[in-house]
Amino acid sequence: MVFGGVDIGASATKATLIDKPGNLLGWGVLRSGVDFAASAAKGLELALAEAGVKRQEVARIFACGYGRGNAAFADDTRTEIACHAAGAYHYFPEALTIVDIGGQDNKIIKLNPEGARSSFKMNRKCAAGTGAFLEEMALRLDLPLQSLDGLAAGATEEATLGAYCTVFTATEVLAKIREGVSVESLVKGLFRSVVKRVTEMDTFEGLVVLTGGVAAHNPFLAQMLAKEMDRPVKVPPHPQLTGAIGAALLAQRDWRKLKDA
Amino acid sequence: MPEAAPPIATVKLMKKLMADHFLGLDQAAKAGSPKVAWCTSVGPAELLHAMGFDVYFPENHGAMLGATRMASNTIPTANAAGYSPDICSYLTADVGAFLQGVTPLTKAYGIETVPKPDVLVFNTNQCRDVQDWFEWYGRHYKVPVIGVRTQRGVGEVEESMVADVASQIEATVPTLEAVSGNKFDIDRLRETVDLSKQCTVMWKKVLEYGAKTPAQLTFFDHTIIMAPAVVLRGKPEAISFYETLLAELIQRDEQGLAAVPGESFRLYWDGMPVWGRLRMLGDLMNSLHTAIVASTYCNSWIFDAFDAADPFSSMARAYLELFIVRDEAFKEQYILDHVNLYGADGIVFHDAKTCPNNSNNRYAMPQRFLEMHGIPTLVINGDLNDLRCFSDEQAKTNLEAFVEQIEELAA
Repeated sequence: MVFGGVDIGASATKATLIDKPGNLLGWGVLRSGVDFAASAAKGLELALAEAGVKRQEVARIFACGYGRGNAAFADDTRTEIACHAAGAYHYFPEALTIVDIGGQDNKIIKLNPEGARSSFKMNRKCAAGTGAFLEEMALRLDLPLQSLDGLAAGATEEATLGAYCTVFTATEVLAKIREGVSVESLVKGLFRSVVKRVTEMDTFEGLVVLTGGVAAHNPFLAQMLAKEMDRPVKVPPHPQLTGAIGAALLAQRDWRKLKDA
Repeated sequence: MPEAAPPIATVKLMKKLMADHFLGLDQAAKAGSPKVAWCTSVGPAELLHAMGFDVYFPENHGAMLGATRMASNTIPTANAAGYSPDICSYLTADVGAFLQGVTPLTKAYGIETVPKPDVLVFNTNQCRDVQDWFEWYGRHYKVPVIGVRTQRGVGEVEESMVADVASQIEATVPTLEAVSGNKFDIDRLRETVDLSKQCTVMWKKVLEYGAKTPAQLTFFDHTIIMAPAVVLRGKPEAISFYETLLAELIQRDEQGLAAVPGESFRLYWDGMPVWGRLRMLGDLMNSLHTAIVASTYCNSWIFDAFDAADPFSSMARAYLELFIVRDEAFKEQYILDHVNLYGADGIVFHDAKTCPNNSNNRYAMPQRFLEMHGIPTLVINGDLNDLRCFSDEQAKTNLEAFVEQIEELAA
């Protein structure tokens, strides 16, 4: 028996397939682009191909993310908040504070030891501290996005960037370039900015788990977050897929409920 | 799934009432009689009626600009004229509309412009912005701007405060006499205070239909049917309207009608409405089988203190007892009492960008409700009128996730 989850986020669409015990069988990741329905279908197709599973073998599929209403093949939808919670709890079944850094928004989700949400917060509309912030800064610095983690990890110094606003931060970065600050130092400063935007959103209780695309591509960020909070930060095996895995787990839970009924 | 309840028939009467109100104001402004007074929402309307004025409420006009989404076009005009995007968006929407020469009254009632004031009377119990707002019109029309400056952060309403506010209200009488040409008559004031009291008692009863299970009315209904309590308090028409409405609500209750078909969860709304998104939010809550059963905002037109035997002091007390004037401890207890009274499962705090005085999440109240009372809370960012500060998608995801959370905790 196979279950599916598709997370159609602002930047990327992620599709997963899991088996009954919750093992990941296959996945697909692609840019969401401008046609969420097509991206979701393509993501599922990629996941099916990797898992070697036929569509008719998938018992139930849930969708989450901004485009959750566009996945016509999904049996139901849940919010990405519910799905990240389910996905993170699957790997770390204890009281958690989940930090999800996505392309367009950040979330802090608190779970009790039974995995039920006690609270959650999303960032305001502002993109400060999200993946979009790092994308914008990579563009300004004319750097490939995937090079940021290595540059930050290799920095011997760290530029101080104090502004909240992405545009103001870009202005600060320009000033630092003029002063001759190294690129490595600047990128580490940008990572610090992300960490600060996240840690000022809420308090942290229980085990802290970092999920989302930014964590997947920037493992050094998790180290900086742990240091900033002075507590361990765990990252699940596929941080970018956490929401999609959670959606599949919730689809499975729903299937069981329907079966029992 | 149960079907949606039929619309409330009495609302049709309200449309006529409001048309009569605005057409009457238009006529008065054009004819120069009776004189027109502009009044803040909880300003001394009772006194103005007693002095023979037709009373116009710019905050109500601001809400109309928001509900019609005209505000999105008019706010930038006020911003360009020097009124910051961070101040009250009722003010900026209204001043911007005036500068553009537009009003929602045109489409609704065929009225060309808002009624020209002969005097503007404010009470800063809402905020300081109302005073600046009225002074803009005072300069434009070269008419007197008078008012009451109320204490803020009030815990217990003390006699000294009541005496101060009462004396400030009384001090407006000479100007009002000069502008209206009418002599102040204490008995006439007693009558209007008594009418306001009757109106407020009935409005409270209407709101309490949200406490029924399932709720018969929601916050979204309240924001519509509150209009007579807002603009006609102190007038007999408001009382007749709520009498008719209450009779209909009794019938609907006997029929077991529910405002939200299949009601599963109940929420309390704190803060301003998002006027331009009421329909979207109402539809969303219906789809989530969740009723927003009560709100601080709509409860703010309940004035228990009005007493015809002591009009000035009771008006002062009523205006001082207002939620928005009170301190944090009072507000927290007030919301807790109403959450319990209405059987709400959680609280939605609307953090309105341009209305700090009516955004009660900013000093950790949501956290205190969760930690001290075990009541789940959600903060959504937005604004009363400025839709540049509101994201449909973020609000939808937040509200949907909040209902999911309450469902999980209930399970």
